[in-house]
Amino acid sequence: MPAPNEQTVAEPTVVEAADTPGRPPRRTPSPLALLRNSWRQLTSMRTALILLFLLAVAAVPGSLLPQRDVNIDDVDGFRREHPDLFPILDRLGGFDVYASPWFAAIYLLLFTSLVGCIVPRLRDHVRALRAVPPAAPRRLDRLPRHAVLSGHDGDLTAIAAMLRRRRWRVVVRDGEVAAEKGHLKETGNLLFHLSLVGVLLGVALGASYGWHGNRLLIAGPDQAFCNTVQQFSESKLGQRVDDGDLPRFCLELTDFEATFLPSGQPESFRARVRVEPWGRAAYPASFSVNDPLRLDGANVYLLGHGYAPVLRYTDRHGRSQVSVQAFLSVDGNLTSEGAAFFPDVNIDPATGSRDPNLQVAFEGLYFPTTPEDGPAIRSVHPEERAPGLFLRAYRGNLGLDAGIPGSVYAIDQRQVANGRLKQVGDGKLLRPGESWTLDDGTTLEFLGTRKYITLTVRHDPGEPVVLASAALLLVGLMPALFVRRRRVWFRVVPAPAGASTTGRSSLVEVGGLPRTDYPGFAEEFDQLVAAATVPPVLRKEETN
Amino acid sequence: MAALSDQLLVVAILGYLLAMIIHAAEYAFGNRGLVGRVATRPERELALVGAGAAAGATPDAAGPGAEPPAGGGVDGAPPARRPAASKTALVGRVAVALTVIAAAVHLAVLVTRGIAAERMPWGNMYEYVLTATFIGSVVWLGLLHRRPSIRHLGLFVTLTMVILLAVAGLVLYVPIVPLMPALNSYWFIVHVSAAALASGLLQLGAVPAVMYLIRHGYDQGKRSFPYTLGARVPAADTLERLTFRLHAFAFPIWTFAVMAGAVWAEAAWGRYWGWDPKETWAFVSWVVYAGYLHARATPSVRRPVTIWIALVGCLTMQMNLYGVNIFFEGLHSYAGLD
Repeated sequence: MPAPNEQTVAEPTVVEAADTPGRPPRRTPSPLALLRNSWRQLTSMRTALILLFLLAVAAVPGSLLPQRDVNIDDVDGFRREHPDLFPILDRLGGFDVYASPWFAAIYLLLFTSLVGCIVPRLRDHVRALRAVPPAAPRRLDRLPRHAVLSGHDGDLTAIAAMLRRRRWRVVVRDGEVAAEKGHLKETGNLLFHLSLVGVLLGVALGASYGWHGNRLLIAGPDQAFCNTVQQFSESKLGQRVDDGDLPRFCLELTDFEATFLPSGQPESFRARVRVEPWGRAAYPASFSVNDPLRLDGANVYLLGHGYAPVLRYTDRHGRSQVSVQAFLSVDGNLTSEGAAFFPDVNIDPATGSRDPNLQVAFEGLYFPTTPEDGPAIRSVHPEERAPGLFLRAYRGNLGLDAGIPGSVYAIDQRQVANGRLKQVGDGKLLRPGESWTLDDGTTLEFLGTRKYITLTVRHDPGEPVVLASAALLLVGLMPALFVRRRRVWFRVVPAPAGASTTGRSSLVEVGGLPRTDYPGFAEEFDQLVAAATVPPVLRKEETN
Repeated sequence: MAALSDQLLVVAILGYLLAMIIHAAEYAFGNRGLVGRVATRPERELALVGAGAAAGATPDAAGPGAEPPAGGGVDGAPPARRPAASKTALVGRVAVALTVIAAAVHLAVLVTRGIAAERMPWGNMYEYVLTATFIGSVVWLGLLHRRPSIRHLGLFVTLTMVILLAVAGLVLYVPIVPLMPALNSYWFIVHVSAAALASGLLQLGAVPAVMYLIRHGYDQGKRSFPYTLGARVPAADTLERLTFRLHAFAFPIWTFAVMAGAVWAEAAWGRYWGWDPKETWAFVSWVVYAGYLHARATPSVRRPVTIWIALVGCLTMQMNLYGVNIFFEGLHSYAGLD
């Protein structure tokens, strides 16, 4: 794919060859010829353009439909809202657009076309770089720019030196100087396109050897986590990575600071952690949004934060258990919803047997700042200014033993629907330190909250490759767009008979040819002509 | 300071509006003597076109009365020297002067907003649109300075300004608040300034693109409504070249903006590219503009087709700015709109 050139440029490229209609009459199409023709079609500019547009169009559905890689919850939401449409779109890859076969087909074809186009051009360019500027056309006056220097001493070496000083590629031939400039354009052009291949390779490298995992981390040494796949709530490993490849370290959230404006808009975040690399001493560290924690072989990014209420439940036998369960925030003021489960309570101390119908759970909302008046529906500020926890109590079979994975942020509504789990009394709003005695004499105590953060741990070895390629791409783009190829020729022509009797003066004819769109060529040409005239200060006669 | 910024915006809009009206007046009434003047001064017209577009601009005496009379008075010479063209030129100059004043006030809007917020005024969509339009305005004035013959496009530039600023002031306006933590990074300045600069240039680039299509249609003999405007815009070749140069200039900046965004995204969100709606549409725009540059370099693709590609690119940019901010949920939800 050539960089923007002006159409007046007569540079033979593969592209044009393939675009030219009317090839000689065909012989019987052999498989080889068919293959060659398909290759030509594929590497033609027209095909490349069409593929480019297909790529642009194909990327659009990914912004219209929720994507699994971006937000899995939205995909589930879409499934619930459009149960009929979902399977069809899903089969078409509508929720994994950027990993779908058709998207891959487009960009792979595009890159094949690109490579098929730049490899021959690379060859041509190397050849052009090693070649000397071509001989002057016979009639310089037919070129776009033309001038005649009269009274020149006919010494072309000074002109050649002047051109070399201006970094032209110069060759002095018999009675003429040919000079060329602007090969950097094609160099940049090729660099740009090769860098695109580099970007693709970097992305592929990341997909094969990269991995990431997300999880929620509650403050406190008892909640620390270690970097293994099992400890992530959601993780994705590249094709060439398995559990054992993950760097081993443990992380404990010691503190989380968040400051907010009076309006509730967050102002700053900072998570303080204790990092314990495998086999080495633990050390404190901190990280924030825009300032990830960079560890050996993995980076830890702060994604979100919230509060985890600490609840103590004391059962019928006087035994108590403490639950620290993160409540997920649902709005900017950190109104959070969640649940606390006490499946192993009310165990008869005499028999040690558990009554599965005496399990207890609480579900509800947490408000860091409970509104002073009116019903407590949502928090009015994200800071804990007037914390309140509104809970409903449930007793019965929690359905956790069935082995079906369920949410830890909500009780299983199916158990409520089929009557195995019953709500106990009405809901109650608890302040920190308050306790609530249920109808069976058991009590729930709201001890306070701990902070939690959501984080992602990620490693992408393709990043440096992509970054370097992107930098080269930009470097290549500049000359590809802004350098102009042009040629000039200086030729000594015999002075007209009788014009000069001194024998020291002759005419020098100059021609200039911009090979790309170059509005400023006339000025540059005039400067060159002036510079060539300088040594013997002589009159220049210009045409055109 | 914040209130001052808001009041200055009204002044800026009024300035552009007034400039637009005067441009329109020049457009409408300056035409009266046009045919006669052109007929009596064909060489001057040629020379001006040649001077404006340097080498290669085919002087387009082909379209009778095609070149705007604007050229007559604006090439630096005092209007008094050419009394025939002076009145029109004077009107045109007043319009340009008003645009300059409006742009200065526009800058003041941004500066006061930045001072009031104690940060770069690029924190939400309102401020972003103000910045991008200001860049467009400055580039327009720069182009006008170098190539006075395009002054007639001023009507469309100021019209676009008035519309975009009014949309910004009426629809997108949000009170000043400090940046969200996610925006609090030096990449904010790098990424947003590059993106605003590139969008400003690319949006400005759409103006000569549309004019080219009108002029091209006019040159082909179309005389229905939008094409009739073609009689008074610069030569198709000049417009096409201007379109290309604006896009060629903006494309690397856009590329850089996307890359800087990717570097920032790595630090902020943990991945350099995640197909967030904003990222997706930035990619779509990039691909379309790359297509435009390639199409222009391919002789077999007709010029109107390449111009249409550039306009599709402009549409994708609009989609990214307005559509994504307003309709999509994503990580780039900084518009501040509900």
